Amino acid sequence: MENHIRLLINNISVVYSDVIQVLKGVSLSVRKGQIVSLLGSNGAGKTTTLKAISGLLKPENGKVTEGSIEYDGKPVQNSSPEEITRMGIIQVLEGRQEFKYLTVEENLKVGTATRWGKPYQQDLKMVYDYFPALLARRKSLAGYCSGGELQMMVIGRGLMAHPKLLLLDEPSLGLAPLLVKEIFQIIRRINQEQGTTLMVVEQNANMALQIAHYGYVMENGKIVLESPAEELRDNPDVKEFYLGTAASGALKSYKDVKSYKRRKRWL
Amino acid sequence: MEFFLQLLINGVSLGFLYALSALGFVMIFKSSSVLNLAHGELLAIGAFLFLLLSAWAGLPIVVAFVLTLVGTFSLGFVVERLFLRPLIGENLIEVIMMTLGLGIMFKGLLLFIFGGDIHSYPRFLPESLTLQLGNVQIPSVNVAAFIVGILFLIVFGFFFKYSNQGIYMRSVADNQPAALSLGVHVRRVFALSWAIAFLVAAMSGIVLGIINGINVHELSAIGLKVFPVVILGGLDSIGGAILGGVIIGLLETFTGGYISTSLREVVPYIALVIILMVKPYGLFGLVEIERV
Ligand SMILES: Nc1ncnc2c1ncn2[C@@H]1O[C@H](COP(=O)(O)OP(=O)(O)OP(=O)(O)O)[C@@H](O)[C@H]1O
Ligand SMILES: [Mg+2]
Repeated sequence: MENHIRLLINNISVVYSDVIQVLKGVSLSVRKGQIVSLLGSNGAGKTTTLKAISGLLKPENGKVTEGSIEYDGKPVQNSSPEEITRMGIIQVLEGRQEFKYLTVEENLKVGTATRWGKPYQQDLKMVYDYFPALLARRKSLAGYCSGGELQMMVIGRGLMAHPKLLLLDEPSLGLAPLLVKEIFQIIRRINQEQGTTLMVVEQNANMALQIAHYGYVMENGKIVLESPAEELRDNPDVKEFYLGTAASGALKSYKDVKSYKRRKRWL
Repeated sequence: MEFFLQLLINGVSLGFLYALSALGFVMIFKSSSVLNLAHGELLAIGAFLFLLLSAWAGLPIVVAFVLTLVGTFSLGFVVERLFLRPLIGENLIEVIMMTLGLGIMFKGLLLFIFGGDIHSYPRFLPESLTLQLGNVQIPSVNVAAFIVGILFLIVFGFFFKYSNQGIYMRSVADNQPAALSLGVHVRRVFALSWAIAFLVAAMSGIVLGIINGINVHELSAIGLKVFPVVILGGLDSIGGAILGGVIIGLLETFTGGYISTSLREVVPYIALVIILMVKPYGLFGLVEIERV
């Protein structure tokens, strides 16, 4: 059982600048080969959770102060991003974060930094197979690409590193619905064909729960709900607040939102 | 007319040396946003190391030259490791103050070892390097300046454009958090940019030393001309550095030739002041200069 677990987060707290506590005892686990999605509203602490895993808290003066993060059984909390990326954990940052003055193909090449000097032609081909739109743009500066192309590019860039655990932070952000659908289908294919374990942070719960095996919901730095994805899709609270398909169809008042939060507290 | 052409040639060859030295300055700035106030001393260190190896140790010129290349490159790593790396994550202003301190320290050290006199290299440039173009003679040292300048600018141009390490360096300059997220060794990139800065500064320092003689004060003052060069040419590309370098080189030689030799050394800074007043972000530079 234990060796099916790729990532095990045990009760971590994260504090920025020594005083701002953002995560308050978060626990979650990701099984090998699965897609786990982490949902939650703005400021819930989703990005912070991913950065705690990838080591990117450090440059932001953040720290895991309690608890542990185990990756394939090894503790990795507060390790440097150089070490963590070389162990096979790659985070695709929120908001795309392209290298503007590099071409699309050069952007992809930066993805080989963890295995500098090894051949990568095959990987380029794989990325262009998943994202044919990038092939036509390979010589253009990333600064001139569309949002959709950039999202494909940064996912492809992550793939170039041969990740064993790929962390995607809001891949649907600011994209047209049709494109979101396409990208999520490709994410599913990557999971199935490459066997890559994925953790997907999303506001678009609908899409995320369609491809995920398991899901967590986060509020205020805590996990408030977790279950297999299909159960989460049927959960009335999730339906109401994340899928926007409440049974009554009517807009809920703020009072109801509060009661929901109260309910969640003892969940 | 001949005088004009002579000044033109001198100006352009000087410009390539300025461009080469600016390349090192720009690299440090782009990868870590640090303004290296010790840049002038890097030229002097290179020139004196070559003097030490060629004239004092009496090594064959080629050996001395290669050892200077290797030595300054390694020195860049050492200086970064000892003095700059401990400050990563501190305020930028502290790092810049550190470079100021380093510069003065280097200068003091060079003065202590070599004194304040003007030294010169043994004559080693072959006379065959001198070119005769119609009535205009291009002295061998100017030809050497062209060769060294163009050669190194091309080598580093290719390095940044095509090598993986060069692409990683550009990625850090472009978007550091994203580079970190992909496992680019950012500290190694900082170290490499210091090493390259030491190396290219040494190259231009040596040729300038052949032209003007080797003097600590003079070389470090020439190194400071990197500021007008980058303000003119921008901090974005090798092309910008060449453009800025050549314009400053020409301004200097023409001012010296037609107006007054005493104005010659000042004119790059007059240009700097005027450009900043007219276009605060440089003439060809983009917004990056804003971060200065
Ligand atoms: N570097 C930082 N220093 C201090 N506080 C921070 C820092 N980064 C994030 N926070 C705070 O931590 C909380 C959680 O932020 P986080 O980015 O993890 O949320 P999120 O769930 O990803 O939100 P979103 O959906 O808007 O991206 C927010 O209140 C935010 O203000
Ligand atoms: Mg976020």
